[in-house]
Amino acid sequence: MRTAHLAVEVSGFGRHPEAWRVAGVPRQALLTPAHHIGTAQLAAQAGADFLALPDSFDPDSLLDAVAIAARVAPVVPGIGLVPMATTTHTEPFHLSKAIATLDLVSSGRAGWEAAVSRTPEEAAQFGRKPAAPAADLWREAAEAIEVVVALWDSWEDDAVIRDVPTGRYVDRDKLHYIDHVGEFFSVKGPSMTPRSPQAHPLVVVREEPESLAVAARWADVVRIAAPDLGAAHAARERIRAAVADAGRDPDDVAVLLDVEVLLDADETAARRAYDDLGEHPAQTLRVVGGPDEFVAVLGERAVDGVTAVPLALPGGLRVLADEVAPRLLAAGLRVPADPTATLRGRFGLSRPANRFSGV
Amino acid sequence: MAKKQIHLAAHFPGVNNTTVWSDPESGSQTDFASFVAFAQNAERGLFDFLFLAEGLRLREHQGRIHDLDVVGRPDTFTVLNAIAAVTTHLGLGGTINTTFNEPWELAKQFASLDHLSGGRAAWNLVTSSDAFTGENFRRGGFLRPEQRYDRAQQMLDAARELWLSDGAPIDHHSDQFDMVGRFPIPPTPQGHPVLIQSGDSDAGREFGAKTADAIFSRHGSLESGQEFFADLKGRMGKYGRRPEEITILPATTFALGDTEAEAQENGHRIREAQVSPQTAIAFLEQVWGRDLSAHDPDGPLPDVDPDPGAEITRGRVRHEKDPVAVANRWRELAEAKGGLSIRELIIETTARQSFVGTPRQVAQQMDAYVQADASDGFILVPHLTPGGLDEFVEKVVPELQDLGSYRTEYTGPTLRDHLGLQKPS
Ligand SMILES: Cc1cc2nc3c(=O)[nH]c(=O)nc-3n(C[C@H](O)[C@H](O)[C@H](O)COP(=O)(O)O)c2cc1C
Repeated sequence: MRTAHLAVEVSGFGRHPEAWRVAGVPRQALLTPAHHIGTAQLAAQAGADFLALPDSFDPDSLLDAVAIAARVAPVVPGIGLVPMATTTHTEPFHLSKAIATLDLVSSGRAGWEAAVSRTPEEAAQFGRKPAAPAADLWREAAEAIEVVVALWDSWEDDAVIRDVPTGRYVDRDKLHYIDHVGEFFSVKGPSMTPRSPQAHPLVVVREEPESLAVAARWADVVRIAAPDLGAAHAARERIRAAVADAGRDPDDVAVLLDVEVLLDADETAARRAYDDLGEHPAQTLRVVGGPDEFVAVLGERAVDGVTAVPLALPGGLRVLADEVAPRLLAAGLRVPADPTATLRGRFGLSRPANRFSGV
Repeated sequence: MAKKQIHLAAHFPGVNNTTVWSDPESGSQTDFASFVAFAQNAERGLFDFLFLAEGLRLREHQGRIHDLDVVGRPDTFTVLNAIAAVTTHLGLGGTINTTFNEPWELAKQFASLDHLSGGRAAWNLVTSSDAFTGENFRRGGFLRPEQRYDRAQQMLDAARELWLSDGAPIDHHSDQFDMVGRFPIPPTPQGHPVLIQSGDSDAGREFGAKTADAIFSRHGSLESGQEFFADLKGRMGKYGRRPEEITILPATTFALGDTEAEAQENGHRIREAQVSPQTAIAFLEQVWGRDLSAHDPDGPLPDVDPDPGAEITRGRVRHEKDPVAVANRWRELAEAKGGLSIRELIIETTARQSFVGTPRQVAQQMDAYVQADASDGFILVPHLTPGGLDEFVEKVVPELQDLGSYRTEYTGPTLRDHLGLQKPS
């Protein structure tokens, strides 16, 4: 039986807009490395496969997610690090080397959540083009991902030869121009950064109507939001069908349900904490209660795993680490993480062959 | 009067024709372990900052990827943030092009680095704007060379406005940028990152004099250093700035030995390793603008004259503006030295160490340069990754301290503290 996947998303003091009130530290703390290292450590103790770090150019975002992931990587071992980076206003060439480098500095634990910047506010900050409809943004994102992944292959693994007799550091026949010319941009390549430990860091996409085709073509992990497990299961079937239609094996793509959590070892304390925060509409299935309630969600196996999204930090995370993780192991829903595994390895994915090798 | 203090920075030896990869002690320039070892040693040596160069397109020679030097480097921001995790005081200087980036995104990336490193970020603003590099970007090589410093200035003005905005609304319009919004990141520990400049044209020097906190220069000799120092600092007055507000740091190489003779021998060995027979021909081809592969690197210089229009190497900053004059100078030099071969000549002209000697001698030479206003310090460009600074830190740094011209401890946590700079407002 396949084990369930577990990811943790942290942004700010949690997803609830009032979470800052219960954090016990000023918002300024979110600017410090200590805060991000602390949350990453808790997520790692919870045995999570990866830590998802949302980002955007919204006025309520703070530090760059790739930067946070890189700052955390050398000091928090084991856990995968999946920053979000949008493709609407950034250069795929820069994105490609940034994520490949995250893979280098984390010894193969990097992922990338590809997303789009949809608001007129974000467009106005760049002043280069107006906000576009979601379908256009995701078509552009698909092209950006295609370029990023091609650049990840633009160095073969054994390109560095250090051949003293001929004076050659690299075998240039193993470096490849990608010569991408598309609807939105053209990129020559090769990358500046050699092929990284995982070759292709894990690609994560959130499902929405306009992103389904992109997810089907490119994602290793698809994040979904659904109000209940029935809807989540239906979404998983829909995604698997789209993946198969795109000519890929659905078993190579994990569907993870976002679950908003506010957990406490004491269930009533959790509910009281939630009442203190105040009502806020759920974006997906929400569990406010004790650890068993969260474990039950994974036990249903409606999807391949869940992304726990704490409504407020750090309390929920500590319960995940102290209470939930041991229960998941005891229930056989998870196995102890292999500290040396790559992030792809945790998802049972092999290191991809290089499209250029032998060409 | 207290002695003028020397500032040191460390160039991570990667893509660079001084980096010797053929040495058995040469490690990977991309493994994170190399960055950890190098950075921690620079910090032990109380250096102001670690410095990363940048290239945005693999260099080409004769239409093919140049394969003789080290190739490949990690992303600047990502690797500097990771280095911040394994160091506590060392400044983190990244070269980031002003042409192939947007201010909102860059301001966010630098603000993130400065926050996450506790105030240690520096930005080396470079302007290389060629269409060759532009082929990797959606905007392409859209900028005419004469506009590049305009864009650099506008980029910096825009970034500075974002960094210092502290939540105030932004409504910024210039020929290059239109930005409306609110920058979400509060001012960083340094107010904003330290600004480094390294262009050498007249426009580049003006930009530096007006805006930079530090200059990475290539004027490493005493005379040209003094000339550059006087010129650059002389330009600052019209911008209402004082000479102490800029730290001038030329790129410097070194060779050490227990005796002077041993140092000379080490220096010679390094130069030979830097210029392989193939590299010698490639260098010659850069000046001659022709295929010279049929020439013997151990033989004499070619009889033919350079093709002055030809650009045989792309993606490299070209320092030689008049190839025919260079060729004539080289021919005279080869003859004067008793008939140097191609390789001997290239070794002679391209790969000379700035400082050669025992640790005491090197410290004395460096101190003399700085006291004579040839610079305010140096960016050391070691020839080995990652151990190229080890001997310097172990042996030369204590000598500099003994001479009374180098710090014995960091006096503050931020790079501005190391450079003696005020927070911008
Ligand atoms: C010592 C030194 C180091 C430089 N390093 C880089 C670099 O790493 N990447 C880059 O793109 N340009 C680099 N440059 C190029 C310049 O910063 C500048 O953009 C370019 O020389 C064109 O400007 P100029 O005509 O004023 O020199 C360097 C220049 C100097 C003098």
